[in-house]
Amino acid sequence: MSEVRYTDQHEWVRLDGDEATVGITKFAAEKLGDVVFVELPEAGRKIAHGGEAAVVESVKAASDVFAPLGGEVTASNDALAQEPAKVNEDPEGAAWFFKLRLDDRNAFAKLMTAEQYADFVKGQ
Amino acid sequence: MTDIDQILKRTPLHALHVELGARMVPFAGYEMPVQYSPGVLKEHLHTREKAGLFDVSHMGQAFLSGADPARALERLTPADAVGLRPGRQRYGLLLNDHGTIKDDFMFSRLVGEDALYIVVNAGTKDGDFAYIADALTGVATIEPRPDRALLALQGPAAAAALERHAPGMDRLGFMQVTRATVAGAPAIVSRSGYTGEDGFEISLAADDAERVAKALLAEPDVLPIGLGARDSLRLEAGLCLYGHDIDETTDPVEANLVWSIAKRRKIDKDFPAAEAIMDRVFHGAARKRVGLRPEGRAPAREGAEIADKSGRIVGRVTSGGFGPTLNAPIAMGTVATKFAGDGTELDLIVRGKPLPARIVPLPFVPHRYRRAQ
Repeated sequence: MSEVRYTDQHEWVRLDGDEATVGITKFAAEKLGDVVFVELPEAGRKIAHGGEAAVVESVKAASDVFAPLGGEVTASNDALAQEPAKVNEDPEGAAWFFKLRLDDRNAFAKLMTAEQYADFVKGQ
Repeated sequence: MTDIDQILKRTPLHALHVELGARMVPFAGYEMPVQYSPGVLKEHLHTREKAGLFDVSHMGQAFLSGADPARALERLTPADAVGLRPGRQRYGLLLNDHGTIKDDFMFSRLVGEDALYIVVNAGTKDGDFAYIADALTGVATIEPRPDRALLALQGPAAAAALERHAPGMDRLGFMQVTRATVAGAPAIVSRSGYTGEDGFEISLAADDAERVAKALLAEPDVLPIGLGARDSLRLEAGLCLYGHDIDETTDPVEANLVWSIAKRRKIDKDFPAAEAIMDRVFHGAARKRVGLRPEGRAPAREGAEIADKSGRIVGRVTSGGFGPTLNAPIAMGTVATKFAGDGTELDLIVRGKPLPARIVPLPFVPHRYRRAQ
């Protein structure tokens, strides 16, 4: 059973075994507005926790997506290059950004739970 | 939070924006709608397909009066103000003593009236009015009109929508202006705007603004449009945003706005720094404003450096983003004149990496103004 956790940078992280799938939350997608371009990391790249992992551009502005946890990129969602609007349509599903093989599985537990994130968003 | 609320000014349509679900942001000292619920992309496309209503009440409206306000205004702009016929509107550059651009503005001569009606940019209006008042002391008087609201109704369906509330307005040609009654309110209506589309700007008393805006928004083809789409629309139309594409470091030649210098003014050389500007008109300026089309889908934003193919920095992006009508990124920037030719291949430096782009003619999207019959 996979679990989903959240960061204060408005990313969601779903853990399956030692592989984490990362995307941006519905809240983030709504804040960004219409997404027109997504730049994703290539498979094989090692990213430190908090390192720049991806860029998402809306009609309004560019935003960096930071790695919620450290690890090696195992896959990125190439479909977003063709259809960046998917990020607005299904941010927490089909529009995942990339997958990471985590350096440290235990770090996942330090991320916010869905409930904690919901509280966090209320304060935004 | 409270401080910001107190500092930011509000237009007469503030309550309506909130009621319509706008996302409000600070802009030029005002709390303004950046978008409504459809979002920038849909608002942009709706304006190109049908019609959009924009609140531009933050802009600076004023009347310039005096014995010969047009002659006076020509001290500060290279446009032809004296030759402006009644019922016409014109674009002008407000120049400082050095001949660089203090602002760009629209001015109108209303039929049967001596004063000129002027609209300047929101962020510069206080400085502009002080500058004009000072420079034209004893010759003309500038009277700011913060008691007036300004609406822009833009898009191919704008004329039909306005016609139902102000019969006869469709007879106006592009850059014509008249006093009229819009939905029962006295107004100044010009056939102009800043989207590249056919459309109108409607100046009216602040107290009438909400009622008239609601009447226009009740038209099935008209949606409220925020500043986000206003920016992408004007960028696609190749129009300058003051403080970004042009400012007090830019002269009319660098800005590629020589067309706004009237022929008579070029001959008479009677505007600020005319000798120096005319020298550049004939011999070229060191740099020039151009349009840029990046390859792929990544937008280059304002401030991105522009490099030639050897990696040397030759310019800078002044406005950049995504053009919804083209479904592609677009940008304007200034480059060394040597690289300003159409088709020149350059790189835009985005996040440290070169993004290939080429110089293209402006506008990106053809204007669809209603030419005078």
